[in-house]
Amino acid sequence: MSKQKKIAGGLFIGLTAFSAVLIIAVIVILLVVIIIGGKGTFSWEFLTSFPEDGMMKGGIFPAIYGTALLVLIMSVAAVPFGTITAIYLTEYAHEKSILAQTIRFAVRTLATVPSIIFGLFGLGFFIKFVGGGMDDAFLGGHLKWGQPNILWASLTMSLLTLPVVIVSVEEAIRTVPRELREASLALGATKWETIKRIVIPGSRSGIMTGTILAVSRGAGEVAPILFTGAAYYLATLPTSLSDQFMNLGYHIYIMATQSANVDQTLPIQFATTMVLLLLTFTLNLAAVIIRSRLRRKAK
Amino acid sequence: MKEAKIKTRDLSLFYGAKMALNSITMDIPEKEVTAFIGPSGCGKSTFLRTLNRMNDLIPGVRITGEVLVDSLNIYDKQIDVVNLRKKVGMVFQKSNPFAKSIFENVAYGPRINGINNKTKLEEIVESSLKKAFIWEEVKDRLQDSAMGLSGGQQQRMCIARTLAVEPEIILMDEPASALDPISTAKIEELIFELKKNYTIVIVTHNMQQAARVSDLTAFFYLGELIEFGKTKKIFTTPDKKHTEEYITGRFG
Repeated sequence: MSKQKKIAGGLFIGLTAFSAVLIIAVIVILLVVIIIGGKGTFSWEFLTSFPEDGMMKGGIFPAIYGTALLVLIMSVAAVPFGTITAIYLTEYAHEKSILAQTIRFAVRTLATVPSIIFGLFGLGFFIKFVGGGMDDAFLGGHLKWGQPNILWASLTMSLLTLPVVIVSVEEAIRTVPRELREASLALGATKWETIKRIVIPGSRSGIMTGTILAVSRGAGEVAPILFTGAAYYLATLPTSLSDQFMNLGYHIYIMATQSANVDQTLPIQFATTMVLLLLTFTLNLAAVIIRSRLRRKAK
Repeated sequence: MKEAKIKTRDLSLFYGAKMALNSITMDIPEKEVTAFIGPSGCGKSTFLRTLNRMNDLIPGVRITGEVLVDSLNIYDKQIDVVNLRKKVGMVFQKSNPFAKSIFENVAYGPRINGINNKTKLEEIVESSLKKAFIWEEVKDRLQDSAMGLSGGQQQRMCIARTLAVEPEIILMDEPASALDPISTAKIEELIFELKKNYTIVIVTHNMQQAARVSDLTAFFYLGELIEFGKTKKIFTTPDKKHTEEYITGRFG
């Protein structure tokens, strides 16, 4: 090998190693900066109390509570709907039928739509059209549902996370062996009985993974709830579906951009970011573990 | 020969344009063991699966001709395939227990049929496991997962699961091919016992097995039924040269 070629090869190895290390470095720096900035503020007190003094002090409990409630309602909507869609695609639709291909195309497209578009769609569809329509029809135009609230925010978020659920559940359904379906059918079970008693129980871990990934995504997104239900500050926790709510991601955003004294809220921003990261990391880790178990089982 | 339980008339099966079974006509007698033998890909398993319409599940399969079970054409539009499969049970090559307890595996069929009474289910599970000669081995751990059983035990439990639906015919697709000799012997003993009450059709790769357990043997080759008759005759003085060559191990 000529000396020139050796140098070129060495350079290339160096370049690839550098890019790989760079990625790790970004994560490490991110975590270090956030932990250093937030650790002074992070405490049990911080997690469990309300903001005080125009959010300069105090905790973030309402934001944690609001985020939890958001992802809960979102899951209740997205998981059954996504699971049913996945079942249709894997069990009933012909792989090459126009309907199945259209659904798959829609799911893929949905997954690439920028999240702010979901926010605008939620505002136009859920709040103005559905909510406004409900107010006109049942409350004589009295404004109740035609404004941002946790229900519309959750449903908007569920549209965003639907593809995640569908893809995970589909993958899980495909790992249920054909032999088990055949065994069930040969015992005189109908297709639906086989799906209900064999396929869905066999896909439980996939449904679980999909749910966790959706929750983790939903917990981190801000754009879809910007116009549909997230509130700047609330003195009380939401108690009804028509209430607005506080949210971790949104909380970080407003403290960084809207607060009277951004520098003073910096420790709170860091600590809030820490909580949000911790939450999404833990959820993602759980999903990875369940998914790898599922894949091992499939082999 | 006893009365025919299953009759096929000019039964052909196509995967797309490819013919997998060519015009098969045969009478399978009641409460006897009929074995299907032949080299891999000869269509014996495909033919077996036409008898309870398991081929329905495979896209692109087309069937012509008739299969009559108790003189009813099972491919008739009015036939309820679910009822057919209750009557014509099936045991597969690879034991396929559900990821449930032994009890729930065997109770699966009865539950599907709407039996939810606990005492009744217990009765069915016990008698089915007894008929499959596995009751003594599992009676103390019915609530344990069926996945914990050995391969041979799993297969006998799968047979019990099939019996729990009270079929009249049992189709067996190489039921012992994945088992050790002792488990195989147990399955064969079981087949011998079951034929008192059930019509059994078994596909096997194992020539000795066919000779040991069956009353009649059908030899398939390239999607055609070459020869069908009393097992004793097929294995000693077959009419066709092809059959003789296969049985004596000259090809296949």
